[in-house]
Amino acid sequence: MTREELEQIANTERQSQASTAQKLNVCVAAGCLSCQSQTVKEVLEKGVARRGLGERCAVKGVGCMGLCSEGALVSVDQNILYKRVLPADATDMLDALEAGRPPVERLVCPTNTPFFQRQKKIVLENSGVIDPERIEEYIAACGYTALVEALTELTPAEVIEQVTRSGLRGRGGAGYPTGLKWSTVAKAVGTQKFVICNADEGDPGAFMDRSVLESDPHRVLEGMLIAAYAVGASEGYIYVRAEYPLAIKRLKIAIRQAEKLGLLGSNICGTRFNFRVDLRLGAGAFVCGEETALIASIEGKRGAPRPRPPYPAMEGLLGEPTLINNVETFANIPPILRNGGEWFAAIGTEKSKGTKVFALAGRVQNTGLVEVPMGITLREMVFQIGGGVPDGKNFKAVQTGGPSGGCLPAECLDMPVDYESLARAGSIMGSGGMIIMDETSCMVDVAKYFMDFCMTESCGKCVPCRVGTYQMHRLLETITQLQAAPKDLALLEELCDLVKHTSLCGLGQSAPNPVLSTLRYFAEEYKAHIERNQCVAGVCGQEVHV
Amino acid sequence: MAKKRMATVWLDGCSGCHMSFLDIDERLLTLAEIADLVYSPLVDAKVFPENVDVTLVEGAVSSEEDLHKIQMVRERTTVLVSLGDCAVTANVPGMRNPFSTKAVYERAYRENVTLNPGVPNEGVPRLLPQARPIHEFVTVDVFVPGCPPSADTIFYVVSELLAGRTPQVGSHTRFGA
Amino acid sequence: MTASANVKTFQINGRDYSARAEETILEVARQNGIFIPRLCELEGLSTVGACRLCLVEVKGSNRLLASCVTRVEEGMEVTTNSERLERYRRGIVELLFTERNHVCSVCVSNGHCELQFLSQKLDITHIHYPYRFPKAEVDASHGRFVIDHNRCILCNRCVRVCDEIEGAHTWDVMGRGIDARVITDLNQPWGTSDTCTSCGKCVHVCPTGALFEKGRSVAEMEKRRNFLPYLQLMRGDQNG
Repeated sequence: MTREELEQIANTERQSQASTAQKLNVCVAAGCLSCQSQTVKEVLEKGVARRGLGERCAVKGVGCMGLCSEGALVSVDQNILYKRVLPADATDMLDALEAGRPPVERLVCPTNTPFFQRQKKIVLENSGVIDPERIEEYIAACGYTALVEALTELTPAEVIEQVTRSGLRGRGGAGYPTGLKWSTVAKAVGTQKFVICNADEGDPGAFMDRSVLESDPHRVLEGMLIAAYAVGASEGYIYVRAEYPLAIKRLKIAIRQAEKLGLLGSNICGTRFNFRVDLRLGAGAFVCGEETALIASIEGKRGAPRPRPPYPAMEGLLGEPTLINNVETFANIPPILRNGGEWFAAIGTEKSKGTKVFALAGRVQNTGLVEVPMGITLREMVFQIGGGVPDGKNFKAVQTGGPSGGCLPAECLDMPVDYESLARAGSIMGSGGMIIMDETSCMVDVAKYFMDFCMTESCGKCVPCRVGTYQMHRLLETITQLQAAPKDLALLEELCDLVKHTSLCGLGQSAPNPVLSTLRYFAEEYKAHIERNQCVAGVCGQEVHV
Repeated sequence: MAKKRMATVWLDGCSGCHMSFLDIDERLLTLAEIADLVYSPLVDAKVFPENVDVTLVEGAVSSEEDLHKIQMVRERTTVLVSLGDCAVTANVPGMRNPFSTKAVYERAYRENVTLNPGVPNEGVPRLLPQARPIHEFVTVDVFVPGCPPSADTIFYVVSELLAGRTPQVGSHTRFGA
Repeated sequence: MTASANVKTFQINGRDYSARAEETILEVARQNGIFIPRLCELEGLSTVGACRLCLVEVKGSNRLLASCVTRVEEGMEVTTNSERLERYRRGIVELLFTERNHVCSVCVSNGHCELQFLSQKLDITHIHYPYRFPKAEVDASHGRFVIDHNRCILCNRCVRVCDEIEGAHTWDVMGRGIDARVITDLNQPWGTSDTCTSCGKCVHVCPTGALFEKGRSVAEMEKRRNFLPYLQLMRGDQNG
């Protein structure tokens, strides 16, 4: 594959796309599929064929358009968005299209709202636009040009230089500088090196990585290829959870297509660069998102973390230097190389560059997937993009970072969303889950929910996490049963400190965070439970939890 | 100086700790010079008195009566000592805890009984769901693990307490000692 | 690398020490008579850093480091004992006592148990977290040995010695979190194991009375561990 051949594929595809005047894009990512979007697509296809509109009208499946709560979503020519489309609506839509009438009003979803306008799409630029199962469409959208350019014109060091300059930080949660990680692996000595894509997205309420893989799998492959070239790896794995069958299916298709075009395999683009990618399916253990546990799992061992150092960059898979990045991190690489590190560094804040994809969930008007520049305030996220809390209820807290994160109250709403600010406030950026809660949520109950999650997902290897999460959960249970004594709160705080500072891996070290953050901002609620046997939100009580 | 008022209490335990207490032998006389034993299974008093300075409690809290007793003891005692592993950890009485009380009753009063099997419903205090250490119910001031703690340990602890000092228990005994 | 570069000088508790670069803080401490508690580590077996008792403070690191897996570095300043470390260690040992049913008074290892020893060493006179009292099994199906899960602290020494020294890999772990437990073969009664060679190494590396020989009564089960460094040494010679 040369640059010219790539351009030729792109041009052919663009011409064929230009030949149809009107494009009906039906979302076929998991969210809309659960709202019958596959049937919608088929009905539309049949309708187009029956009406003989095939010449000027093309129906295709595309990835996620973001506003998952309003699915199934169908866009027409990228400027009209239909929401809540059912198969029965196809006739009306095609009628309007055929007669050149204005769009069907009852289905139109306004796109001049902050939800759409405030977003800045880099990772999701192709989501909802291209057909994720056709490599040609990715190539027509400038796909793989960054790879070809890197392989033919840049040295590995120059590639790393661009990534370093971009200021990109790991999107899996910890925010480790990506360029630094890459250069560490590049400098590490080993007989072989590996690149691993961590797609074991496990936070409750988070679906950023799934959506990227379902909507634009080639972007992730291209990112991995560039990374492999930069660090000198010849083999790669995508560790994806088995609960994501559609993402797995599309990844498999993408890998096959890329192999066919010589973008994966041996002598890629006629260079001496070889790279193979295999999928590994996770069997549902949250802890396998931790890099050393993930590596153990790929090696066929029990998915338990081991102490670091040595870090995977030095001794990873099979003891060899290994680069592990998250899906979204890899998805950022192609645009960074296409547009240069400086372009990316100009977006976001001083220490948190670029954009971040968030999965908005919970008590908010617009739930779904959004990509926003770093530094946007929580208030904008919740009240503009999210459209505020529905049913006239009052906002209470926003939970970021999943079970490792924290709950932030209204007084934190004007805080910018970046790694440092969130950490200062007692939460974390995490992988991008954002759950909004209103006054009907009890914060002790929320803390108990997350502790239950950590307790069940603890691998059981180290004592503080294995037993400490159990004890903390038990105490939270006593509190939510309105049967706790003041000394129970002291015990809980003591255990938080113990588990946080002595656990082996990130799961245990961060397991107390939901408790610590709710203790910090909602101490009054704990007090009410313990001292007055009262749950303000009306969630807790003996009768609920037998 | 007025003599101190001392008591010992026997909850769910084997009385081994009391035996070990008696094993301090002639040193009992030394203790008798500085303290009165105002309540104990070893003396005649039927009601736990008020204003006790030091109470040694043997045994886990296992029944409703134990619970009632330990709460009263706590109210009327200045320094409450958990004496022995049953009091400190629930020890052997706690080995029934993984089972339901129903299963325990069946085992004790039916399966292992040849003459008139049947669970008594009067005269025997009702079991709590689990036998648990004393400090899970009331505040305990001094813990003396051991099964039983040695006579020397008990003498050391008691003399220190009667002298108004805090004994350093850890170096003298341990769980299962 | 020159021989001199391979030797590191550093401080433990304010005193100077030197050691080979591949040695861990725990190894150096042991050689020099500095006590660091641990339950999962055992000389002759690989290290896993799981019990978290050997955590130490290292100047310049904001994290506590498991001394069994942390290699010495030039100029390192290690503190093996502080009020904070003591507190955490007590907390961890107490958590272990609450996890299963450790009834020292009736245990075969009473008086020879590492968990019991540590509780005294750390001045633990009672457990201030609530006990769990789980239902745990006893498997006496093996002809010579018994596993009593009530006393298991999941240190994994049995798993490692069986895999690394005996080469049988009869033991492993199944289940997650608080439900994790050691199993023989595919979670079958030990007596039916096809891989177990009945060598008894697992019994002797077990820090508590979880693994013991049949016929031993209370306090009678003393463990013999001298074979481990010996085997390690001999095999090292063979390999080298």
